[in-house]
Amino acid sequence: MDLSSINPVLLLASLMVAATPILLAAIGELVVERAGVLNLGVEGMMITGAVCGFVVAVGTNSPWLGFLGAAIGGALLSVIFGFLTQLLLSNQVATGLALTLFGLGLSALMGQGYIGIKAPEFPDWHIPLLGDIPVIGPIVFQHDPMVYVGLVIVAGVWAFLKYSRAGLILRAVGENHEAAHALGYHVVRVRMLAIMFGGACAGLGGAYLSLVRVPQWTEGMTAGAGWIALAIVVFASWRPGRLLLGAYLFGGVTVLQLNLQAAGAAIGVEYLSMAPYLATIAVLVIMRAGRAPGSLGQSFHASR
Amino acid sequence: MTMKTLLAGATLALGLATGAAADGHEPTTVGFVYVGPIGDGGWTYEHDKGRLAVEEAFGDQVETVYVESVPEGPDAERVMTQMALQGADLIFTTSFGYMDQTIAVAEKFPDVKFEHATGYKRADNVSTYSARFYEGRAVQGHIAGQMTESNVIGYIASFPIPEVIRGINSAYLHAAEVNPDVEFKIIWVYTWFDPAKEAEAANVLIEQGADVILQHTDSTAPQAAAQAAGNVVTFGQASDMAEFAPFPRVSSIIDDWAPYYIARTQAVIDGTWESTDTWDGIGPGMVGIGEITDAVPAEIKASAEALVESLRTGEYHAFTGPINKQDGSAWLADGEIADDGTLAGMDFYVEGITGEIPQ
Repeated sequence: MDLSSINPVLLLASLMVAATPILLAAIGELVVERAGVLNLGVEGMMITGAVCGFVVAVGTNSPWLGFLGAAIGGALLSVIFGFLTQLLLSNQVATGLALTLFGLGLSALMGQGYIGIKAPEFPDWHIPLLGDIPVIGPIVFQHDPMVYVGLVIVAGVWAFLKYSRAGLILRAVGENHEAAHALGYHVVRVRMLAIMFGGACAGLGGAYLSLVRVPQWTEGMTAGAGWIALAIVVFASWRPGRLLLGAYLFGGVTVLQLNLQAAGAAIGVEYLSMAPYLATIAVLVIMRAGRAPGSLGQSFHASR
Repeated sequence: MTMKTLLAGATLALGLATGAAADGHEPTTVGFVYVGPIGDGGWTYEHDKGRLAVEEAFGDQVETVYVESVPEGPDAERVMTQMALQGADLIFTTSFGYMDQTIAVAEKFPDVKFEHATGYKRADNVSTYSARFYEGRAVQGHIAGQMTESNVIGYIASFPIPEVIRGINSAYLHAAEVNPDVEFKIIWVYTWFDPAKEAEAANVLIEQGADVILQHTDSTAPQAAAQAAGNVVTFGQASDMAEFAPFPRVSSIIDDWAPYYIARTQAVIDGTWESTDTWDGIGPGMVGIGEITDAVPAEIKASAEALVESLRTGEYHAFTGPINKQDGSAWLADGEIADDGTLAGMDFYVEGITGEIPQ
């Protein structure tokens, strides 16, 4: 084994990139679940975002517009889910699963003419001064802008839930929708907004794959990232800080196991491949799992 | 089950309904089971080109149906059973992992002919077919060994099965032949198709000094990663991947299944179909070598083309001794040629490759 061929600076730098798609999708789902809605359609919204973002970016030649299109695409798909579960009171689990299947099919259809085309370039951001700090600079301050957008969204969600009045209302709706309704809050409206935010974030996560990480369109390219995002929300006990930790841990061990393999580590490849999942589960379980929002997954109707 | 699966099923049912209505001239139905999406730009994309060639060659005589992204394992058995029940006469199962399922379903439907790609289990109504991709790997190794400046070649491997191991050995032997200092770094990703994972593996290999990336996975993500890195050479896998030519993609292995699919469909129509084992290489045209671009220096290109020619005529075999196994024990004596049985079940690295094959 030749561990010297692993460059720790590059390893930590690629960790941040590897974690970003999951982080984006997970922070959106966190808000949705804090509002008391369980949307299992993350994978479907991610892949739809991936294709929408790609189509828009290629059409306009602007990755930024691509990300905007991805957010809109993901949000539109989530509106279908919101309409079915919030207004027609369909079962959230079944509807969410259906949304994933629908998203996979829809994205394959939309992406027909875009196979093998390259996305416009999305250059890394070399932040002046900060990017020049030795060691820390290349790790933290020389990424593409979406890595920082993801971090800003996480910080924003944290502050929103903890300090703002709107965040308090959202949490109240998630904890006990009947009490929130009795207080005069519009449960369905709050939840619809949360669902759309979740869809937009999942769309951004998907577009990060198709515009930055891969970067091109291939069918089924999210390959299960949406499910990992869902798991991370639960293991992070619905708290943004832990969610960041979970996503980075997952991304970090994923990159590390590939590095160990390439360096010829004498550990079985199967164990290395399992490592990201095991490490994420172990750490987040040890950190004492929190309680789920009280009304999670339950339908609400004002007449009851 | 994706939307497309449902649609394919519906099309199949519709096709049968109209087929039964026709007076005695039922078209022959040919089914295809794909492991990835048609849009993968690699393995499945080429199989589907073969399917379209069948449609074109036979017109109304033949109907084709397909199901894409079928996971290897029990789900595959369900898909094949469904196809057989709905009247398919000939079913191509196009991934190694469908082997046991193909045999199991074939037992239940003795009148349906099955063709399993890259496997080694046959029955009275199950044929196997594969291409000698390792011949193409030899050409890749030959070019890669001379193109690398860091002497580190990265290899993205999928599953530890003979097919993949054969490719690694063949590429290594021919790289080491032209460049004794060459080193292979191998990453097993345990997937045929996962663009994000393939891109990550490619990036890790590049970070660890590889300036040539060979892939045995189906998406074009490693090509894009190499392109972003700027000075890394790649080869198209299964499909030409010409959108990345002339650089980083400097050549490719192309699978051409169309002639085989047409011949086998014809055999079913004529009633002459028999269980066979087909393993064709560059000579019969099942393996094609994509254009070697001008990014490769002229003399390397010329010697690579000479190698292709000698493989095509059969004058040279990609596994010609002397070759030792990884542990140093002798495998092939000087001038000895590997037999197909050993190649088909290859489970060892040749001498010089570091690391172990996962069990």
